[in-house]
Amino acid sequence: MPQSMNQARLQLRHITKRYPGCLANDAIDLSIQPGEIHALLGENGAGKSTLMKIIYGVVQPDAGQIIWQGQPLNMRNPAQARELGIGMVFQHFSLFETLSVAQNIALAMGAAAGTPKQLEPKIREVSQRYGMALEPQRLVHSLSIGERQKVEIIRCLMQEIRLLILDEPTSVLTPQEAEDLFVTLRRLADEGCSILFISHKLGEVRALCHSATVLRGGKVSGHCKPAECSDLQLARLMVGDAEGLVAQYPKASGTASFLQVDKLSWHNPDPFGCSLTDVQLEVRSGEIVGVAGVAGNGQDELLALLSGEQTLSRSDAQRIRFANQAVAHLRPDARRRQGLAFVPAERLGHGAVPEMSLTDNALLTAFQQGLVSKGLIQRSKVQALAETIIQRFAVKTPNAHTAARSLSGGNLQKFILGREILQSPRLLVAAHPTWGVDVGAAAAIHRALIALRDAGAAILVISEDLDELFQISDRVAALSSGRLSALAPTAQTSQVQVGGWMAGQFDASPSQPDAAPQI
Amino acid sequence: MLLSLEPRGQESRAMLWFSPLLAAVLTLVSGSLLFIALGLDPLLTLHTLLIAPVSDMYGVSELMVKTLPILLCALGLAVAYQARIWNIGAEGQLLIGALAGSAVAVNVIDIESRWILALILLVGVAAGAAWAGLTAWLRTHFNANEILTSIMLNYIALNLLLYFVHGPLKDPAGMNFPESAMFGDASRLPLLTEDGRVHAGVYFALLALVAVWVLLQRSFVGFQIKVLGLDKRAAGFVGFREKGLIWLALLISGGLAGLAGVCEVTGPIGQLVPQVSPGYGYAAITVAFLGRLNPLGILFSSLLMALLYLGGESAQMTLNLPQAITQLFQGMMLFFLLACDVLILYRPRLKLRWARRQMAAVPGAV
Repeated sequence: MPQSMNQARLQLRHITKRYPGCLANDAIDLSIQPGEIHALLGENGAGKSTLMKIIYGVVQPDAGQIIWQGQPLNMRNPAQARELGIGMVFQHFSLFETLSVAQNIALAMGAAAGTPKQLEPKIREVSQRYGMALEPQRLVHSLSIGERQKVEIIRCLMQEIRLLILDEPTSVLTPQEAEDLFVTLRRLADEGCSILFISHKLGEVRALCHSATVLRGGKVSGHCKPAECSDLQLARLMVGDAEGLVAQYPKASGTASFLQVDKLSWHNPDPFGCSLTDVQLEVRSGEIVGVAGVAGNGQDELLALLSGEQTLSRSDAQRIRFANQAVAHLRPDARRRQGLAFVPAERLGHGAVPEMSLTDNALLTAFQQGLVSKGLIQRSKVQALAETIIQRFAVKTPNAHTAARSLSGGNLQKFILGREILQSPRLLVAAHPTWGVDVGAAAAIHRALIALRDAGAAILVISEDLDELFQISDRVAALSSGRLSALAPTAQTSQVQVGGWMAGQFDASPSQPDAAPQI
Repeated sequence: MLLSLEPRGQESRAMLWFSPLLAAVLTLVSGSLLFIALGLDPLLTLHTLLIAPVSDMYGVSELMVKTLPILLCALGLAVAYQARIWNIGAEGQLLIGALAGSAVAVNVIDIESRWILALILLVGVAAGAAWAGLTAWLRTHFNANEILTSIMLNYIALNLLLYFVHGPLKDPAGMNFPESAMFGDASRLPLLTEDGRVHAGVYFALLALVAVWVLLQRSFVGFQIKVLGLDKRAAGFVGFREKGLIWLALLISGGLAGLAGVCEVTGPIGQLVPQVSPGYGYAAITVAFLGRLNPLGILFSSLLMALLYLGGESAQMTLNLPQAITQLFQGMMLFFLLACDVLILYRPRLKLRWARRQMAAVPGAV
């Protein structure tokens, strides 16, 4: 790590930010040297996002100082941050899919930077220099997620960059793509650019970052050199009590087949969506099947078809079967009567109504459990159910009348999962069950899933987190461009192999020998 | 110094009650200022507007007569608005209800059976519902925006009414006035008191009030309507029938507006005239929101709206105030009521300290 100047590039002193009802950042100190790759570690809700937004000028701190290259300053807005040479790559990209790479970059840089045509040579030069091959004239919708991330990074590099902030950049990448990203980031750091790398994946932080600041509950819980710390030490800094976080669950093999998906193809009417091709899948009672894949490879489509939000015509009813009963033509409530429970990826706005109380949200999917009589809601029964969920699944909330949106992500997820599990499903489909959930809640959710499996339910988990899938699933497959790889017992495969499947490196299904893997 | 609003995180119970009171005070104060500026005695003017209309039993009964159609329309709208179906067509649905009911009534003037009244009312309700059903059909089949279609149907309804009242339904013995014949006694809603015009429509309004309250607060269908309104994806995720709920909400909405219309012609008016409604269906939109889409709230806000109607009339007559001034006063009251509602979810805060600290941190910065 070059340290030509002993003056820090960025220093934060006692940064404090309070939101109604929560202290998001509590006197945070942080210092980044030129050329340093600095990790910001922490669970969800630890205050990472708030701190990042303060550095980038999106929000203003209530107290504390930002010192940029020795000068105290007041970061008023992102435009000012960009002028200083601070670039940020958000977790969710802000690209126009129908425009080309150059047009997107020109839009972000403003009229003064030149027309898309004028920018093209510079885009080519930057992308070659940092090993991110990218053709400026390609339309964004034709790019993979990894390539889109490159567009975002190149956009930051088009001007002189002194500090690059990346928010969980690897969450959308395959392991191989992540490795490529690290090469680029190391080259940037060698040139003196500072990098603030936000993540909760300990392995990659250790591989990439020179130093780390760990946040817990809005406070700095420690500074360390990741290369010199063990996973357990880092996890302790993040969570406090790391007991039971690295649990090993025994694998199960299941009994009779419950969910059968048979040559399921579905053409997506959305031109920017993903279509499914010949998906073949089986989940047995008493096992957890994991489906890996980078976002946008057909997960949403597969989930909609399984939940019944997207139905097929009666002639295709056999494509999806629950215990040999054709269900592909049935709507969600009818499938629930056949034993389905479903945990969607988005907790607020899909799995739960944000403005409604937990009681009402309990009724949302459990209404077939005798909670409605003669068209009227049995208030006391619904109330009792909500309280049971809160108690059994340790949901932290003042009471059952609290609106769903005021719960933290982890707590709401525990509530939704609890609501589905208490309906004693024969099949549970869970999408990204621990996405954006803190480590403690994630462990609780995993334990609940394992317990449901051991009680004999068939469980399908779709997740982007390979560590999670290897931890809890008994068999695993991967989605790539709308095609599903064959299922393999988790114990007999490796993350590298599944990473290859995620990139489309698996045999095309026998029925379509000419369908070459697309990568 | 900066006045800023901070989200409270959740609704303030105290503000839920305090905000209408605050709005009332603000309206009275600024209304007085307005009247002083016009050279009027503010107390006398306010008395004329708000108290004089209901100072005797006749006034109270007039208030109930005015409240009735507004209340019925607003209750129906609340059901649609809970589903986020923006039915602006209560006015048209009311007119069609009045028209269809009248079309039956003028043909049965000589029949004395009370069943005839039931038939007329049913036809009015059905016609209002059918008119709203057009909007529902356009929305569910062509995904046509219900705001636009329901507004356009208002104009069609009005012109249909004018055509019939000038043509087929015109009283042959009516000296060519654009009015239908007076309905037969059996077709009229019975009066509840000897003096005054309060009629049996009040029972329908109370019934509708209870029914809508049960529907929205206690029934599972009402729950589905609310889920659909708040969160369409969640409704789809559990398999609630979106199209069915849209139909239901609009049919209820239109049916109640149709009832309001047919109660007007069979109640206080007694015949079909071009001016069946002075805009009750539009006033009901404001009333529904003022009542926060809650049936009990709507009861109070419809009484208030009816009072403003009456007060405006009496101020025109006794004080010679132009109608525009009373409308200005009404507008002011609605403005303050809605503006004060911000306080339920937000907390006002003077950012004096913050601003000073910013200036100290960066000399020269504003």
